[in-house]
Amino acid sequence: MDLIGVREVRMAADRSDLVFAADEIPLGGGTWLFSEEQPGVGGMVDLTGLGWDPLVEQPDGGLTIAATCTLAELRALPPRVGRTAHPLFAVAVDALLGSWKIHRFATVGGNICLALPAGPMTSLTAALDGVGVIWTPDGGERRVLIADLVTNVCETVLTHGEVLRAVELPASALAGRVAHRRISLAHLGRSGAFVIARLDAHERFIVTITAATPRPYQLRFPGLPTAEELADGIEGFVRDWYDDPHGAPDWRRAMSLRFAEECRIELGGAA
Amino acid sequence: MSVHITVDGKLIEIEPRAGQVLRTVLRGAGITSVNRGCDAGDCGACSVLVDGSAVHSCLFPAHRLDGQTVTTVAGLGSERSPHPVQTAFVEAAAFQCGFCTAGMIVTASTFDEAELDELPRMLKGNLCRCTGYRSIHDALRAVRNVEQPEAGQAATRSVRAPAAWRVVTGREEYTLDGPDSEYRTGASDTTALLHLAVLGSPHPHARILSIDTSAAEAMPGVRLVLTHRDSPATAFSTGRHQDRLEDPDDTHVLDEVVRFHGQRVAAVVADSLADAQRALGAIVVEYELLPAVFDPDLARQPGAPLVHPELTAEARAAAPERNTVAEEHGERGDVAAALATAEASGATVSGTWNTARVTHAALESHAARGWLDADGRLVIRTSSQVPYLVRDEVARIFELEPQRVRVFAARVGGGFGGKQELLTEDLVALAVLKLGRAVQYEFTRGDEFTIAPLRHPMTVSVRLGATADGILTAIAVDQLMDTGAYGNHGIGVMYHSVHESVAVYRCANVRVDAQSVYTNNPPAGAFRGYGLGQVIFAVESAMDELARELGIDPFELRRRNVVVPGDPLLTIHEEEDKDIAYRGAHGAGQCLDLVEAALAAPGGLPVPEGWSVGTGMALAMIATVPPRGHFADATIRALDVPADADGSTPDGALFELEVGTAEFGNGSTTVHAQLASQVLGTTPERIRIRQSDTDLPGHDTGAYGSTGTVVAGMAVYRAATALAEQLASGGAREATGHSDGTPRSVAFNVHGMRVAVQPGTGEVLILRSIQAADAGTVLNPEQLRGQIEGGTAQAIGSALYEEVRVDAGGEITTVAFRNYRVPKFGDVPVTEVLFAKTHDPLGPLGAKSMSEAPYNPVAPALANAIRDAIGVRPHALPMTRDVVWRLVNL
Repeated sequence: MDLIGVREVRMAADRSDLVFAADEIPLGGGTWLFSEEQPGVGGMVDLTGLGWDPLVEQPDGGLTIAATCTLAELRALPPRVGRTAHPLFAVAVDALLGSWKIHRFATVGGNICLALPAGPMTSLTAALDGVGVIWTPDGGERRVLIADLVTNVCETVLTHGEVLRAVELPASALAGRVAHRRISLAHLGRSGAFVIARLDAHERFIVTITAATPRPYQLRFPGLPTAEELADGIEGFVRDWYDDPHGAPDWRRAMSLRFAEECRIELGGAA
Repeated sequence: MSVHITVDGKLIEIEPRAGQVLRTVLRGAGITSVNRGCDAGDCGACSVLVDGSAVHSCLFPAHRLDGQTVTTVAGLGSERSPHPVQTAFVEAAAFQCGFCTAGMIVTASTFDEAELDELPRMLKGNLCRCTGYRSIHDALRAVRNVEQPEAGQAATRSVRAPAAWRVVTGREEYTLDGPDSEYRTGASDTTALLHLAVLGSPHPHARILSIDTSAAEAMPGVRLVLTHRDSPATAFSTGRHQDRLEDPDDTHVLDEVVRFHGQRVAAVVADSLADAQRALGAIVVEYELLPAVFDPDLARQPGAPLVHPELTAEARAAAPERNTVAEEHGERGDVAAALATAEASGATVSGTWNTARVTHAALESHAARGWLDADGRLVIRTSSQVPYLVRDEVARIFELEPQRVRVFAARVGGGFGGKQELLTEDLVALAVLKLGRAVQYEFTRGDEFTIAPLRHPMTVSVRLGATADGILTAIAVDQLMDTGAYGNHGIGVMYHSVHESVAVYRCANVRVDAQSVYTNNPPAGAFRGYGLGQVIFAVESAMDELARELGIDPFELRRRNVVVPGDPLLTIHEEEDKDIAYRGAHGAGQCLDLVEAALAAPGGLPVPEGWSVGTGMALAMIATVPPRGHFADATIRALDVPADADGSTPDGALFELEVGTAEFGNGSTTVHAQLASQVLGTTPERIRIRQSDTDLPGHDTGAYGSTGTVVAGMAVYRAATALAEQLASGGAREATGHSDGTPRSVAFNVHGMRVAVQPGTGEVLILRSIQAADAGTVLNPEQLRGQIEGGTAQAIGSALYEEVRVDAGGEITTVAFRNYRVPKFGDVPVTEVLFAKTHDPLGPLGAKSMSEAPYNPVAPALANAIRDAIGVRPHALPMTRDVVWRLVNL
């Protein structure tokens, strides 16, 4: 929809353009920003003009995803030997309520910075120990785990003027064995619970719960936990099951526990 | 900065504004083949190709435009040179209202073979509210569903809609697609269209102490600010009926007291929509907060805050001092005694069922455009099911002679009852009359959720008693409905809800208590089924429970109790309504037999491992026409065919038919062309149809109560028959026909469902969906199949997914499709549609109405199947996965 408060859109050409007036915000694909009224937004700085390489393979097997990488670009990334977590990319992209027409514009960074509980790029990158590279207004940068970057519903650690530049996925996480479960109130609907579990090279078991909670919750176990350890761990850690039209909190809790257990078994845990 | 883009092959120069999107750029350039459905990227109605790839044009930032090639559905092809997908949509009859069709076709035009195998994923960004998607699937698989019968053979054949080619090529006009020249007449000559935006109340109940509009009036582009000080004093109801006295006069164009969150406080008219919207923030309003009530049961208790203490008897609300807009209490026989006997020697069951608020989700939102014509008449082009009734009420509110007002509708992009209201036209009229200029008011999708009426939420308690062999001896229904802050349809829905839902069964002892209550919630209104669906959900759930209690098959229990032809249709009175009867063949019995046999035959999806399976059914009856009169006039004339041409008029028409009812995807127009061509021995495309315009001769009550075929169609049939006789005898070349919608008959629908339920997650998978319909003579089998599939899909939405949520302060919190699940392609199963062999002497060629009816039995059939699968009975809609999970696990 037309954003009636926007007086100016600046197409950023380089980092020096990333200086924001009080009512200016960064614009990624625009698929969310233009989907709701944006009271208080007077200007936008279009990051797509910066020409960031969407996906940069690192020599060590890691992957750097530009914040402006579209979901479609991520989904189209070819698989790579040893990158056992690769199928998660398509799973997470398809978890977005928006269709492939949205995937062509929606960006990985935009989805994370929007910080909706059901944001599938948050689910994906948090589960893979993604690190957000944040450009600070003073010209510097800082790094924050995506699991910590999203702090609450539509809240992140980013302050005004900061821009998410990229997400770095470490090679070790991409080479882990993964299991995932997702449910919504309708087939192909917005996620009500999304659980991704990973077993890394050191047999550490990492389970990440999103969509069912206001922010990502990640539990790390030194080895495959028992069913009871896993359930107790989740129950002890997560207290604020999310409530919105995409699922009641008690159901989200039950689905998260159920899926975490299913993932545990899929990754070799004793039934 | 101006840039060039190529749209549908034409290079155009545009000057995108900051914050603008492609859709408004295109519409601003006069390109009406792109539609606005949600303006949020959820529905896909505005899809276009940008450099060959499909995009939601409502999300595409205009500042990124420079040199692209944009293709709308009109650029894909034309009737002479169509795109294959356009041809496929025509041949499959893959649209009803057609408002989603442009985006659907544009999107599907990009699919390759592999993608065609993945339609649920590929089409998850495209909503269709009308069809139930089966016909769209057929189109994309090149299935031909329409026929081209010989002259005089169109009735009972699957003829395509007259507008088919225009719809699939983006050339059919909807409400806001009229040309600028239309309003640049008379007093409005050469002036640009103005836009109206509305300031909504931030409180659920408040008195406006003061409004300062001076700052808003001084803002750029602002022409007029309207407040309650400008409002006519005449009270009215937004709900429209043939008899205006059926709804309470409790509403003003703008009121000093606001009674629900979002209600109009003021309106701004400005040069652009953005100017109008920006000025809303500059209006300063001082409110005195008033106590509010949101629970209908509390609202009817003594001491509750009163929503309409000001109403007098003249307003026709039953008891405003008890927040009651209507109530009915009565008994035939002795229910208590019958229940006691049943308890001792047969069986009794009881329960209470609740239904949610539901939005119609017609993809075209409410919209109106008004102007003064060359004679100074007020003209309103509007998205309405009832243009004549709107004309009459606008004339009344503004104290104009009815002939000084013209109201007309182009093709309407879906209605489902939601456009049997006067929601935009009054404000437009006020603004046009004040300014003498053309003014447009278009609801946003958010408005559709928050200020357009919703389906009445109801709480329905049912008690049934029966003998040991399953003969009903007692039915008691206690219905409470929340009509919200205004009583539009709050009376009619109440009476209807407890009529056919109860009268469907023969029973000596019947008690009905029904109450329609004002609250400070957003208003409810007419919705497909008009109250029946909510009560049928309760009654048919109770019947299912009774069958279990008695150990009698649920089909057999209905068979033993359903009315048979000749039975009176009774509820609490000893006599039935004078003009209604169950005549002819036993359609109810046939429908029961058809669904029972189909369910017993093999078919349907396989059961996933570990899921529980259940089967359920439900029966619904509906009157074929609303009570107390529904009128239609039709005029048909033989055209003079120019001798010098190739024996035809420019559009090939031989006859011109004028009929007032509106086309909103119901397919009435197709049926009218079929009926007229059948009688006149020609083909449907030879009938030119002018419709839904109060400037046509005669009157038309409008497109509600499923009357397009049985009332308007009857008038058409009579006119055509008269003309055929006149032509045969060398008489006048013009004839008229009339129908007054009485006497009336009844029609039946039976739905059968088999479901699988995943007990650990609450997922419900519909394995099999079967509906049998008692439609009398089926005038257009493909269209009727579409109505039944579409009604089923809409009912699956209300049964499994849809709920408009209201918070504790009366504010609606689900304001976009992303938070309100209208069934998508992947959510709707194939429904097997079966027709009873019946014939209604009252309908044209024996047809009965069948538009609302298919919706009604679906939710209880699903609930009964879920009950069968999980052993626990659902008592509320929607039965979402979290709710079903709770039923199993808590």
